[in-house]
Amino acid sequence: MKKSKQFWLFIIAAVLVYTVVQIFIANGMMNQFYSNTLIFIAINIILAVSLHLVIGITGQFSIGHAGFLAVGAYMSAIVTMKLDLPFIVGIIVGGIVAALAGLIVGIPSLRLKGDYLAIATLGFAEIIRIVFLNIDYVGGAAGMQVSHLTTWTYAFVCLVITIIVIVNFTNSRHGIASISVRENEIASDAMGINTTYYKVAAFAIGSFFAGVAGALYSHNFYIIQPSQFGFLKSFDILIFVVLGGLGSLSGAVLSAILLTVVSTYLQGYPETRMIIYSLVLILVMLYRPKGLMGTMEITDYFKLWRTPKGGDQHGK
Amino acid sequence: MEWIQQLINGISLGSIYALIALGYTMVYGIIKLINFAHGDVFMVGSFIGFYSITVFGLGFFPALILSMAACALFGVIIERIAYKRLRNATRIAALITAIGVSLLIEYGVIYIRGAQPEAYPDVFSNRSFAFLGAQISIQSILILSVSVVLMILLQFIVHKTKTGKAMRAVSHDTEAAKLMGINVDNTISATFAIGSALAGAAGVIFGIYYTKIDPLMGVIPGVKAFVAAVLGGIGIIPGAMVGGLVLGVVETIVSALGFSLWRDAAAFVILILILIFRPSGIFGKNTREKV
Repeated sequence: MKKSKQFWLFIIAAVLVYTVVQIFIANGMMNQFYSNTLIFIAINIILAVSLHLVIGITGQFSIGHAGFLAVGAYMSAIVTMKLDLPFIVGIIVGGIVAALAGLIVGIPSLRLKGDYLAIATLGFAEIIRIVFLNIDYVGGAAGMQVSHLTTWTYAFVCLVITIIVIVNFTNSRHGIASISVRENEIASDAMGINTTYYKVAAFAIGSFFAGVAGALYSHNFYIIQPSQFGFLKSFDILIFVVLGGLGSLSGAVLSAILLTVVSTYLQGYPETRMIIYSLVLILVMLYRPKGLMGTMEITDYFKLWRTPKGGDQHGK
Repeated sequence: MEWIQQLINGISLGSIYALIALGYTMVYGIIKLINFAHGDVFMVGSFIGFYSITVFGLGFFPALILSMAACALFGVIIERIAYKRLRNATRIAALITAIGVSLLIEYGVIYIRGAQPEAYPDVFSNRSFAFLGAQISIQSILILSVSVVLMILLQFIVHKTKTGKAMRAVSHDTEAAKLMGINVDNTISATFAIGSALAGAAGVIFGIYYTKIDPLMGVIPGVKAFVAAVLGGIGIIPGAMVGGLVLGVVETIVSALGFSLWRDAAAFVILILILIFRPSGIFGKNTREKV
């Protein structure tokens, strides 16, 4: 009962935010720069939330998320540019192919743990990038022209769907099983949970939404090149999740918003931006190893003003 | 005799990987941390060598030694500032910190001197001689001999000196080593110093051999050296040497077969195959996980 109330509150809040921004954009009260920043924030939130499912909920340390972003970006670009299908098909195809890539990468590499898994995912992401670099059909190193199709509506609808799916997954029995894998894999295995299944499932869902974000990303930039999807992009996504708190969805959302705004203003000074990012990573890990919000959700802070953005079942 | 030529190129490249991999494997053996910043220590070493040759006018060997000493100090500083507090933290926290340190060094260097690449000065004449029909340059002989000397020196330090004994003891069982009166903190610092000095040497050699250096040059060799360390069995010193050489030769063969754009992928494919089929590496023993 309480659940569905939270759900409808969230939907109402989302519709409100969407309408206000859409009115601003339609009236020209918000210029191109701000609306682009908002779209970019939405894309980054999708990425952060999808990685949060893998790292924060299931506890599998993947640092190759940019690989799935690249798969989604290229696949959707092929669908819209080469096959002349509508953008929505591109988004769906991008997501599905990225999820398949997630399955292919996840099934062998999720047998590994901790450091080894991190390195293996990094390696897979690099292999994906090198594959795109070597396919002439998508332009190789020079990149691929993509028309600008991402609008605030597409970005926001994808964002809302992502958050609803991931919150529901987290609060379902699958999500609780995933959390038990995070807390203690051996113990949850002993309790009869098929740990491999949940790890691969979380990985594939995370990859699906990374692919959706990739579709939005490529159609927001006019051109995509393999060099945009290197290590640094993966680390960019990682820092959203780490800063917000490993295991906190609202933390990931908030840090994605905050860091996107910061990096937009520091666009002219890329070195400064990376220095700030790296210092943030080091300081957060040294002084608050669980991230700013730990596994707390924003709803745990404001008990009275409940928003259903996070799962309240795993916060305590 | 194309193949002998390629083999020699591969061994030169592989010995650079091996030198970097030694640092990874030693640090991993002792504190179970993938020191992502190691590739950037390699880059810093390369730049120190560059500046000591061009600005201070030093020769190759003084520059090599200066770079090794500076990198050793740098490695100890990194360990003391960033990693020491994390001894009891989770592995993920340590790994993220290492990634942060790595990015900080890269972009700190870019901030200080800009991102433009630098051309290494020619310290040795580009002479080469024919051997079994292959052209062997003086440089590759030099790279190989410096690497071999450093590796022998490392074996000597690890097996014959008191520090080396302490290092082996700490990597075997930190708690017990502490109870035996070994100063664990100093031993870990010594490990970082030796590993970073080897990375610094690798940086100078890399600069001489490939002539172009830039602030982001450490990323790819760093990751590949890690692959080499895993290939040989992480934590095992001879494993890192063999892993580095194997990786170098494989990469050169992939390039020679005409797939030079796929060269970087080869290392990662090797890594993934090793991790899936033999995670303990060529020289590693399988250990059972205990609850």
